[in-house]
Amino acid sequence: MVVLALGGIVLAQNALLINGAGATFPNPIYSKWFDEYHKSNASIQINYQPVGSGAGIKQATDGTVDFGATDGPMSDEQLKAYSDKHGSGILHFPTVLGAVVPTYNIPGVTTTLNFTPEALAGIFLGRITKWNDPAIAGANKGVKLPADDIVVVHRSDGSGTTYVFTDYLSQVSDDWKNKVGKNTSVNWPVGLGGKGNDGVTAQVKQTPNSIGYVELIYAAKNKIPFGAVKNAAGVFVTADLAGVSEAAAGAAKSIPDDFRVSIVNAPGKKAYPISTFTWLLIPAKFSDAAKRDAMKGFVKWAITDGQKFTEELDYAKLPKEVVAKELKAIGSIQ
Amino acid sequence: MPSASPEAGSRSFLSRLRNGDEIARIITFIFAATVVLITVLLVLQLWHDSALSRHKFGLHFFATRVWDPIAEEFGALPFMFGTVVTASVALLIAVPLGLGAAIFLAELAPQKVSDSLQFFIDLLAAVPSVIYGLLGIFIVVPLMRSYIQPALKATLGFLPLFQGPAFGVGFLTAGIVLAIMVIPYIISVSREVLLSVPRDQREAALALGSTRWESTWKVVVPFARTGIMGSIFLALARALGETMAVTMVVGNAPNISASLFSPGYSIAAVIANEFTEATGQIYVQALIELGLVLFLLTFILNGLARLLLVVTTQKGSGMGHV
Repeated sequence: MVVLALGGIVLAQNALLINGAGATFPNPIYSKWFDEYHKSNASIQINYQPVGSGAGIKQATDGTVDFGATDGPMSDEQLKAYSDKHGSGILHFPTVLGAVVPTYNIPGVTTTLNFTPEALAGIFLGRITKWNDPAIAGANKGVKLPADDIVVVHRSDGSGTTYVFTDYLSQVSDDWKNKVGKNTSVNWPVGLGGKGNDGVTAQVKQTPNSIGYVELIYAAKNKIPFGAVKNAAGVFVTADLAGVSEAAAGAAKSIPDDFRVSIVNAPGKKAYPISTFTWLLIPAKFSDAAKRDAMKGFVKWAITDGQKFTEELDYAKLPKEVVAKELKAIGSIQ
Repeated sequence: MPSASPEAGSRSFLSRLRNGDEIARIITFIFAATVVLITVLLVLQLWHDSALSRHKFGLHFFATRVWDPIAEEFGALPFMFGTVVTASVALLIAVPLGLGAAIFLAELAPQKVSDSLQFFIDLLAAVPSVIYGLLGIFIVVPLMRSYIQPALKATLGFLPLFQGPAFGVGFLTAGIVLAIMVIPYIISVSREVLLSVPRDQREAALALGSTRWESTWKVVVPFARTGIMGSIFLALARALGETMAVTMVVGNAPNISASLFSPGYSIAAVIANEFTEATGQIYVQALIELGLVLFLLTFILNGLARLLLVVTTQKGSGMGHV
């Protein structure tokens, strides 16, 4: 044991150390990947700190880490700030997919509720205040909805989950876009804040007639019931991994070369509308050739062989159209 | 030691140095100065790192109710309000409870009972705040929503303090959880202070014909006033700066409302919630400026409390001579 441990330390000392920081949402799969990749490539050791998307972008820009990771793509200003500082750009590489689901607690209602985009936007804008509002009841024929006030619960901490959810609401509602917008934290028109997926869930579970939103992974792992959402094709879809991948496939045709694309409300009959990529942020130019080659090798592995680890951790796979496009883009890293 | 003191004035610096007095003085002075230095550096750093936000918002920062990371409009008012309200509710509950318990433990309870209870109180003070937060969210919040808030509404509902929908979370709940967290500090420190009041004081009062309660309330407690206030300062500081437990039960909505049932937000909570994902310089700097505001708030409230202490102590010592 001791010899093994010592051997590990010696190996680790000789290994090429690559540091990354960023989004918390993909942390479980990233940890798994870095671990698995290290097993087959003992000379490469990747450290990842799940400090949040904002902090990941900041640290990548400051140059304190070798790569970043984010749940929401960098803005044009952020990209400009990066290239102003480094003289070259930073590239986005989608790695896995996630989704956000509406969860609710209405006494007496046990069936899966259907939500139209208008209903969700109306509820979170504070315009729809009763559960039996026609906007909700119209999509849920046969369900006896109470005439009670809706208690809205949102995330209080800045989060990629909030980014995706508000991105979706901005996409489907002009009112939301103009009044609130999309970000990791927003100025919520109504509601209570819960800290983390667990905070929102606790609040929703305890408060009768409440609605909130959580990550699909979190809801699936903790067996939290959630509603179906009407997608762009007009079909009510209950989120699952296949539906999320479908959303990415639907959007793949129009995916831009820099991969900075939102896949909310994607076309396709099976596509789940509140889906998102999560990205690795890799510098376009490395000064250290060994690090560059290691990074290129890892990304290539992650989006191909690495995808087989996604399902056991409840992440949705990248569709092959996106993988093919990314493999080309990896070649451009200098 | 007493025999050495008359010579102290005449001894030279060197001999004092040799005897260790001067070395001890210098070393302890450095330690004391470190505390001041850390505080000053902290404020300077916060001041420096919030320059953009201070220039952009100026004094409006203290008067604006909007907190909008997308429009980059930031104001501290709802957070200052929430911090002060939750800390005040906490002290309103914790001071009488804590002080009462301390008086019982120090003056009235048998030694054995007092010591064993003190053990539990010290245990309570060592519980991490996230545990209090979890107890808050899973036990206090449902109790508040189902029983306490409806009961308050039914009896005291005519007051604006107890109106509006009962969410369970809010200013009142945060105040109650904070009170539970700071009571051990008040009891622990106050008990020690009360125990250290000289026996003569009590005996003198009893000899003059006062009852046991009269000697406790009119002699011992006023004598220990400074130390008791010290325990309250400690509790206040803890309540103002508490982060985890507050964010779990306060509702995290930047509201300003007369009702204690309303969900609110506190400075420490919003910093902890939003700092990691804050993108954009002005956003980060606004959060840092909030840290500066919390510093200022703590400073002012502590100053006011000290002023109160000075005013009341003069009255207290006057009574002591009677």
